[in-house]
Amino acid sequence: MTAAFVSVEGIEKTYRAPGRALRALDPTTFALASAEFVSIVGPSGCGKSTLLMLIAGLIPATAGEIVIHGERVRRPYTDVGVVFQQDALLAWRSVLDNVLLQIDVRRLDRRRYAPAARALLARVGLAGFERYYPAELSGGMRQRVALCRALVHDPPLLLMDEPFGALDALTRDQMVLDLQRLWLEERKTVLFITHSIWEAIFLADRVVVMSPRPGRIAAVLDIDLPRPRRLGMRESPELGRYAAEVREHFRAFGLLSET
Amino acid sequence: MSTPGTAGPTAGDAGALPAWGLRLAPYLYPILTLIGFVIAWEMFTRVTKISRLLLPAPSDIAVTLATSLPLLVHMSAITATEFLLGFGLSVVVGIPLGALLVYARPVELAVYPLLVASQTVPKAAIAPIFVVWLGAGLTSKILIAFTIAFFPIVIDTAVGLRAAPAEVVNVVRSMGANAFQVFWFVRLPNALPNIFGGLKVASTLAVVGAIVGEFVSAEKGLGYLVLVANGELNTTLVFASVVTLSILGVVFYFLLELLERFVIRWHVSVRRPETGTM
Repeated sequence: MTAAFVSVEGIEKTYRAPGRALRALDPTTFALASAEFVSIVGPSGCGKSTLLMLIAGLIPATAGEIVIHGERVRRPYTDVGVVFQQDALLAWRSVLDNVLLQIDVRRLDRRRYAPAARALLARVGLAGFERYYPAELSGGMRQRVALCRALVHDPPLLLMDEPFGALDALTRDQMVLDLQRLWLEERKTVLFITHSIWEAIFLADRVVVMSPRPGRIAAVLDIDLPRPRRLGMRESPELGRYAAEVREHFRAFGLLSET
Repeated sequence: MSTPGTAGPTAGDAGALPAWGLRLAPYLYPILTLIGFVIAWEMFTRVTKISRLLLPAPSDIAVTLATSLPLLVHMSAITATEFLLGFGLSVVVGIPLGALLVYARPVELAVYPLLVASQTVPKAAIAPIFVVWLGAGLTSKILIAFTIAFFPIVIDTAVGLRAAPAEVVNVVRSMGANAFQVFWFVRLPNALPNIFGGLKVASTLAVVGAIVGEFVSAEKGLGYLVLVANGELNTTLVFASVVTLSILGVVFYFLLELLERFVIRWHVSVRRPETGTM
């Protein structure tokens, strides 16, 4: 068993505003092994985005600690690529320049990374779009650019917060396949947040199921399905059993009712 | 609104116009409207034979514009200097002040309410005080133009800097960006459309400010010329001065728009609507 690459120890978060406090996350403990793909699935507002922000060091925790690669997270953790639901591209930069933003902010050598950026864009089917502006692209294409931006500096860790949540179903399927392919080639450690049960199962080695707010870990499922996984497996009984298990938790929370 | 683009031809018309016509339409329509207005004005003065002291005909004004051209150009240069420097000061003070409101909470708390309250003071009414303090020369005109023009730049800069989406800021922070880099890579470019909005409003206000300053006390400038010509009952020259002033204001505004088109080509307000696909 390899040592944890990301270790989350009793982390909790309460948002405080004058006169009220919102408990977003109950004490939560889990770990990601190196090169592991972990999905977190939960209902809206269950604190899963909060968890990702905490791991990224973008917001301070109320209690608990996060250690990534032996380093305690106290400020924004930078050896990482982050993808949010909104593509968060800069409208005034071309596709290539958006990917190279990662390089510019880090004060790395643009000339050295430009070939890597072009190669990444080509791998997600965006060759020839380098000089386009985000407004000229579809939602799926923009999210692919955001993915390239998160990978261009070759970080060991990828944090994704509902990256395909704003896309149509067909584009979403393709993005899921593309992400799987990239992950199989690169074997980065990935934390993938979603509210889609099948998406969580399809992509992950392990699925963490979260309860409604205040969020806590309700269950962890080891997904034992062969890779590369194919879209047809969505209707397979194996994947269906995992999905039923996750759904059963949601039903127990009172999130689903069929009567 | 009669802004070009939005008042463009309807889809039915668009099909009938050739490509160059579609491109010129935003300019052509207001020009045609203006020509129509001038013709109506000319007819009105001829039919009613109204005294030229009350309302000179456009043709009279055109003649005065031609014969008094050297005088008008000379006065224009003076007024333009006043409002350009007043505008420049508004930019140099307004943009940093707007940024300070966003970045320094104490400044926002201490200054912002007063700044807003100060805008209810009719600035034309305090113009004479500037003249008392600074004399009737260029300095008082610049400061009056500045006082009238800087506010929208401050507000629009602050609004624009605040408008950066949290997700973008967070992505850049996770790249290790410090506060200045967040400002430089995200907030400032994101604020440019707002800032240009403020600049365009301020450009017209700066012209007003320069004229207010000249009305209060001056020996030269287009505002001064308006006062003198009015005193001499030379209404035609008053109109000629106003026309000159309008041209100055329009040219200034147009130059700002050109700059905007160049600087924020990426923004929706600048992008040309696709013909044929929409």
